[in-house]
Amino acid sequence: MATTPLTKSKIAKSKLLQMYRRMALIRRFEEESIKLYRLDKIRGYFHPYIGQEAIAVGSCGAARDDDYIVSTHRGHGHCIAKGADVKLMLAELYGRKTGYCLGRGGSMHIANVAEGNLGANGIVGGGMSLAVGAALGSLLKEDGKVAINFISDGGVSIGIFHEAINLAAIWKLPVVFVIENNFYAVSTPISQSVSIETLARRADAYNIPGTCIDGNDVILVHEEMSKAIDRARSGDGPSIIEMQTYRHTGHHCNDPGKYRDPKVVEAWMGKDPITRLAQHLGAEHGVAEGDLTAIRDEIKQEIKDAIQFAEDSPSPSVDEFLAGIPDYSFEQND
Amino acid sequence: MTREIQYRQALNEAMFEEMRRDPLVFTYGEGIAERGGSFRVTEGLLDEFGPMRVKDTPISESIIAGAAVGAAIVGTRPVAEILFVDFTALSMDQLVNQAAKYRFMVGGRGKVPMVLRTQGGSGKGLAAQHSQSLEAWFCHTPGLKVVMPSTAYDAKGLLKTAIRDDDPVIFIEHKLLYFTGGEVPEEEYTVPFGEADVKRTGSDVTIVAWSLMVHKALEAAEQLAAEGIEAEVVDPRTLVPLDINAICTSVRKTNRLVIVHEACKRGGFGGDIAARVMERAFDDLDAPIERVAGKNTPMPFNTELEQASIPQVQDIVTTCQRVCLGAKGAV
Repeated sequence: MATTPLTKSKIAKSKLLQMYRRMALIRRFEEESIKLYRLDKIRGYFHPYIGQEAIAVGSCGAARDDDYIVSTHRGHGHCIAKGADVKLMLAELYGRKTGYCLGRGGSMHIANVAEGNLGANGIVGGGMSLAVGAALGSLLKEDGKVAINFISDGGVSIGIFHEAINLAAIWKLPVVFVIENNFYAVSTPISQSVSIETLARRADAYNIPGTCIDGNDVILVHEEMSKAIDRARSGDGPSIIEMQTYRHTGHHCNDPGKYRDPKVVEAWMGKDPITRLAQHLGAEHGVAEGDLTAIRDEIKQEIKDAIQFAEDSPSPSVDEFLAGIPDYSFEQND
Repeated sequence: MTREIQYRQALNEAMFEEMRRDPLVFTYGEGIAERGGSFRVTEGLLDEFGPMRVKDTPISESIIAGAAVGAAIVGTRPVAEILFVDFTALSMDQLVNQAAKYRFMVGGRGKVPMVLRTQGGSGKGLAAQHSQSLEAWFCHTPGLKVVMPSTAYDAKGLLKTAIRDDDPVIFIEHKLLYFTGGEVPEEEYTVPFGEADVKRTGSDVTIVAWSLMVHKALEAAEQLAAEGIEAEVVDPRTLVPLDINAICTSVRKTNRLVIVHEACKRGGFGGDIAARVMERAFDDLDAPIERVAGKNTPMPFNTELEQASIPQVQDIVTTCQRVCLGAKGAV
């Protein structure tokens, strides 16, 4: 199927290939993890990022490695885009001691704090405060870091959306609000949740820039994010970028997503962000299909190794948990 | 050397000292910068530390609490103020789902060294939405520490400890205590968490009370002493962590326990203390544990009704007398 070409850009081929690799890694991670979920290897809620990869990868690719991100309940893609080790991620999804959160967080709370991913969040929009607070902390420390706050179209209707953006605007905090508009909050279409056409218009209420872009164009995402991040870092305050996209799956693994028109789903499948980047690499940079296949083969092995790592990892000790955890000073149970 | 200063001055000194000691400590809230706070706790901070570290916020209790979480995660030490503890109802997702759980959820690989300063309690005719005692809400949320100082000395020492603590601390002051005086050393000191203070020694009955109720308990103890009952008043100072050992030690001496709190009795933290004492020291009790607590009612505006809604000195006296009936030396 013919797809919409990506924006022409000056981004180096090597960078584009790196972004391709990350997007393909997210896709493979999610596809294999869903299989493991069906086998009961992974429990709890699992919200796949399939279809939205360009947003996480384009955004994190535009940021500095030491910038912060705050993720959502659909957070695996952000985690990988920010450089996480898929071994430790999968171990966390398995609830193993070797996971990023020692098996205490799981899919909805996955974080990689050491590398600037302050974490996914089980409360839709709940992480906005963390991003605004991180930006406030950076301003105080004068460390020049920017916080990227991924939220969803569902997140724009929660109360903290207003308080967080307003505070960021009046204090000119170095934060970029990325609204991943996949058009559904669980099963409720965005048209039933807001009375505006584009969510980016919310920016007018705070007198900050607001733009709405094709979130399946990783180059466009990268370019718009670069501008917003530069603006934030130079002290001019926050921006809102709405990125329109579509999830290929339902809300979570057990949701067939039947509330969506199959024709619309099909049309969005034709705008798949990874296919579009692959075509761009071929057409604009002469990258052979074989080169991309080689990347995907590497990824297959990487995920295979991650699954093995998770399988082989021990569970956290119940005795150690009940005895109190050295790095977490919660009160002893008595 | 000590001198007598007000509770609010003691808190103010703690803020000055900690902000001078650590440039990563900063504070913000509603009307705290230019105005110096409703109870003058943050007075003078703006002049010395400037607008980057002392900030007025919009009326946005959710982000006031929540931004502290994010700022704490990235290594600063925010002291956020919520004007009335009643308004923490607007901050609850941030406190309960974000602040309290973060360190745990990320496997200890991040921490949340924030303080949420707020004030509660009745006694000024502020009615149902500005007079509550909501400490039990926070005590019921693992991951939060809960501090309720009763004196100027404790207020200063505990606030300094709270700011240096690596976990989120809910620091609840009492609106009737701000302008009360107390002895405070001129030298620097801190008060550790989880260490109760025996505010009065006695042998016949233990009264556990915190915040404003410590003072009512001490008044009651004086009246009881006149009739031969010596009450020991134990102020836990921090409810989480709770110095249950100190309470049990006192109960082992007096064999009787009365718990006093301003918060309504139903679901109050007194019930938790009573249960924990029975689990540990049932054999040492010579009488049932009694609670003197607020009525299970929203706080009324009218002065007489307001007074009737919370424990009074006479209620504590009567309860202690009943608990001590038949005891040696008691009437």
